[in-house]
Amino acid sequence: MSRNAKINALLLFVVAALAVLPLALGLGDHKEEPFSGADAEAETAITEIEPDYEPWFSPLYEPPSGEIESALFALQAALGAGVLAYYFGLHRGRRQGELRALAQQDTAASTTSVPSSKASTSSRSTENSEDSRGSGSSGSPQGSASASVPSAPERT
Amino acid sequence: MHIAEGFLPPAHAIAWSVASAPFVVHGVRSLTREVKEHPESTLLLGASGAFTFVLSALKLPSVTGSCSHPTGTGLGAILFRPPVMAVLGTITLLFQALLLAHGGLTTLGANVFSMAVVGPWAGYAVYRLLRRFDVPLMVTVFFGAFVADLSTYCVTSVQLALAFPDPSSGFLGALGKFGSIFAVTQLPLAVSEGLLTVFVMRLLTQSSKGELTRLGVLVTGGRKRAGAGADAETEAVAR
Repeated sequence: MSRNAKINALLLFVVAALAVLPLALGLGDHKEEPFSGADAEAETAITEIEPDYEPWFSPLYEPPSGEIESALFALQAALGAGVLAYYFGLHRGRRQGELRALAQQDTAASTTSVPSSKASTSSRSTENSEDSRGSGSSGSPQGSASASVPSAPERT
Repeated sequence: MHIAEGFLPPAHAIAWSVASAPFVVHGVRSLTREVKEHPESTLLLGASGAFTFVLSALKLPSVTGSCSHPTGTGLGAILFRPPVMAVLGTITLLFQALLLAHGGLTTLGANVFSMAVVGPWAGYAVYRLLRRFDVPLMVTVFFGAFVADLSTYCVTSVQLALAFPDPSSGFLGALGKFGSIFAVTQLPLAVSEGLLTVFVMRLLTQSSKGELTRLGVLVTGGRKRAGAGADAETEAVAR
């Protein structure tokens, strides 16, 4: 494990610890409803301060059960996580492709361009990529890979 | 920080909406300009929005024995400046208001103001300030995200205290009440958010050096090493 990976693991570990400790230490035990949402607690506080306050508008759609609500929350998290993972995966693939292209250039003593069959097996050339389903690379591999900025796909 | 649907008197609801609107409009302009001028940013913009999506869906237990969630707005504010986050934050809040009955349309203005306007700006201000003093990047990112998170919840407390002053102790009494519900609960979560933002930023420095340099987050020639992350770590643990 590299130093980098260790630090990243440590960051995530501390985040996890911060989340688990209140549960493990039973910090919610003094409450009637331990670990309820702060938003709901604020509603309670409002009704304490102004007992006769009536919400003048109700949500257009309310999840019919806690299950549906948690499903939608999971959907929200999954959408976000999916996009993040796509981003990092794409960039990792691009970097690997660049490194591979560079390595190929180094090994190829001749100045001939890479045969297309090989190019299609290497993940991606340094040139722009349409999408993960795009038809791979086009054109000859260029030199300075680090400087080229690939254009983003249409979809986000 | 989500003020529930209908839980702000109409006058307050309208006032906060009016206060938020220009920021969101300005944000839409900066967002479209960014995408037009730098199409390669689109993906990273999406990732910043996605980060907000993930973090605001994570309900984490806190030391007060209640649960709350981070906001995730610090990252995008640092990368693309706060106006862009006014839009991305609003999208997240709309999703939650319409599908999860979390927050609401009448309170959208107030929620946008706290999470998508003040949070990103406060976090960004702290980040810029610390950068000026040559603080290591990851430490500035940590505090930027930390402040973005915490200030959001402080604003929510102020909004509710303004709308519902305590009959006996007035605005300040109510502020204490809402502050203890929101701000105190949020402290460890703000630390978590700071650490998670540092984590993502570290991944970005590995994967998207060119883009971060263009956005001015990484200074060319300025090495960004792991040590800074460890600093933020110890800082956070020490707190």
